[in-house]
Amino acid sequence: MRFKDVFSIIGPAMVGPSSSHTAGAVRIGRVARHILGDLPEKADILFYGSFADTYRGHGTDLAIVGGLLDFDTDDPRIPSSLSIAEQLGVDIAFKEGKGQFPHPNTAKIVARRGDRETTVIGASIGGGNIEVLGVNGFDVKFTAMYPTLIVLHDDRPGMIADVTRVLSRENVNIGHMSVDRKGRSGEALTVIDTDSSLTDDVVREVAQLATVRDVRLVDLTTNKGGASP
Amino acid sequence: MRFRTMEQLVELCERENKSIGRLMLEEQAKESGRDEREEFRKMAEYYAIMKEAVRKGLTEDTTSRSGLTGRDAQRVMQYMADNETSVGDVAAEAMANALAVSEVNASMGRIIATPTAGSCGIIPGVFVSSQKRFGWDDDTMTYALFAAGAIGFVIANNSFVSGAEGGCQAEVGSAIGMAAGAMTELRGGTPAQAAHAVGLALKNTLGLICDPVGGLVEIPCIVRNGFGAVNALAAADMALAGVRSVIPSDEVIQVMLEVGSSMPEKHRETAKGGLAQTPTGKKIMDQLYRKGSSKTTAAKQTETAE
Repeated sequence: MRFKDVFSIIGPAMVGPSSSHTAGAVRIGRVARHILGDLPEKADILFYGSFADTYRGHGTDLAIVGGLLDFDTDDPRIPSSLSIAEQLGVDIAFKEGKGQFPHPNTAKIVARRGDRETTVIGASIGGGNIEVLGVNGFDVKFTAMYPTLIVLHDDRPGMIADVTRVLSRENVNIGHMSVDRKGRSGEALTVIDTDSSLTDDVVREVAQLATVRDVRLVDLTTNKGGASP
Repeated sequence: MRFRTMEQLVELCERENKSIGRLMLEEQAKESGRDEREEFRKMAEYYAIMKEAVRKGLTEDTTSRSGLTGRDAQRVMQYMADNETSVGDVAAEAMANALAVSEVNASMGRIIATPTAGSCGIIPGVFVSSQKRFGWDDDTMTYALFAAGAIGFVIANNSFVSGAEGGCQAEVGSAIGMAAGAMTELRGGTPAQAAHAVGLALKNTLGLICDPVGGLVEIPCIVRNGFGAVNALAAADMALAGVRSVIPSDEVIQVMLEVGSSMPEKHRETAKGGLAQTPTGKKIMDQLYRKGSSKTTAAKQTETAE
C-alpha cells in the first residue's frame, strides 16, 4: 500500500501553500544543509520544470532556503527565510535550470562553506514527500523519511560489510541502501536508510573505518521547529 | 493496518464494538510501534494547529503572496453578522472556517495537510464550527480526526489523494468524504452510517478537475474548500437521517480512480486547462510570471471574481 499510516493522510504540519511546492522544497533544502553539515556561506539554487515556472507564487524559494536554515516544514519563520539568510550572511542565487530533469518538480542545490561544497539534486513527488536523486555527482536515491547515513569511501571489497557491521552491532535495522561509484576502485558513495535514529558515537565509528573519507547524517525526523539555524 | 476497504473497516468496528476513530488509533499504534498516548498526543497537536489556523484566517491579513486572494473568510463572517444567510448560520460558519484555513495556507501560514494542503480547509471548517456548536471536548475531536484519517487511508490506498494524479475530486473530494464520515460518527452515527456518508459525499465530487489559475493553490481551490465544508455537513445529515449510498462507498472510490485515471493531463494540476486557461486565467498567469510580481494589478482584477 502506498500510504502506510494515519499521519500520511492527516499531516504533515506545514507552512502553505503547497505540499509539493513548499513542504517538499523545505525538505530538499534541509537535506543539503545536513549533508553540508553547517550553514552555507553561499548557495546556488536551480529550479527545473514546474518549480521553475511557479516558484515565486508557491514560495518554493522561501521554502528551500528555510530548509538550508534547517527549518522543519511547519516552521513559522519560512516566509521570512530569505531575509533571515541575508542577516546571517548567506549569499543565495536562484537560477532556472536547463537541460534534462527527472521530475516536474526538481531542484538542484550547490551549497558551499569554506572549502566544503555539497551538491544535492532532489524531486518533490507530492504530499511533502521527496526523492533525493543525486549527491555530489553520485547517482544515489533516498527519501529522507528515515535517518539516513551518507558515507563517502574508497571503492574496495568488504567496505559496505564494514559499515553494516557497525550498524548491526548497534541493532540498527537498514530499510534501504543505495550505492554509486565514480569509477572502479575510485570514490564511492553509500547511502543507508535506517529505521531508528543514530547516535553521534555510531556516526563517529563509521567515520573512523579505514578508507571512509567522510560521513554525514541526514535526519529530518526530529522536529526542530523552534531551533535556531 | 487490518483494513483496506470501507467494508472491512466497518466490519472490524462492528465486530469489536469500536468507533472508527478508536479502531484507527489502535491500528496506528500497532503500525508505528509507538504507544497510543503518543500517537493521540500528536493528533491532538495537529488539531490545535487547525484551530489556530481558523482563528488566524478569521482575524489576520491573509493576502496571498501573489496578491490574488485573501480575507474572503472575513467577508463571509461580516456578511453573517449583518445579514440573514441563505444557507443558515451553521453552514455559513463552517464555510467561513474552511475559507479561513485555506487562505492561511495560501498566505504561507501553518496548516495541517488533510489530506493535502490544497484541501486543508474542509476538515477544520467542519470540525471547529461543530465543536463550538455541540460543545464537544478536544479529545472527542481528536478521535474524530483519527476517524477522518481512517477514511482517507482507504481512499488514498484504493484511489488517490493528489490533484496531479486524480484531479480535484481526489483532494477536495476526499477531504469532504473524510469530514462527512467523521461528522457522522461525532453525531452518534454508526460506522455503517459513516461509510454511507463517505459514499454520498464522494458521489457529489466525482469528475471534479484540478485547474488552478497560475498553478497556485488559490483559485479555485480556496472557494472549493468553503463549498466542501457545507457539502460534508449535508452528507452527514443525509446519512444520519438514514439515507443510504446505494452504490457502496468502496465502489464509489473505484469510480473516482477510474474517472481520475482517464482525466486528461491538462485537468490534473498542470494549469494547462480549465479555469487556468480562461481568458482571465491566462491574463493573471501573464501578470504573475512574465511581468514579474505585479501584485496590485493582479489583485485588483480578481477582487470581484471570487
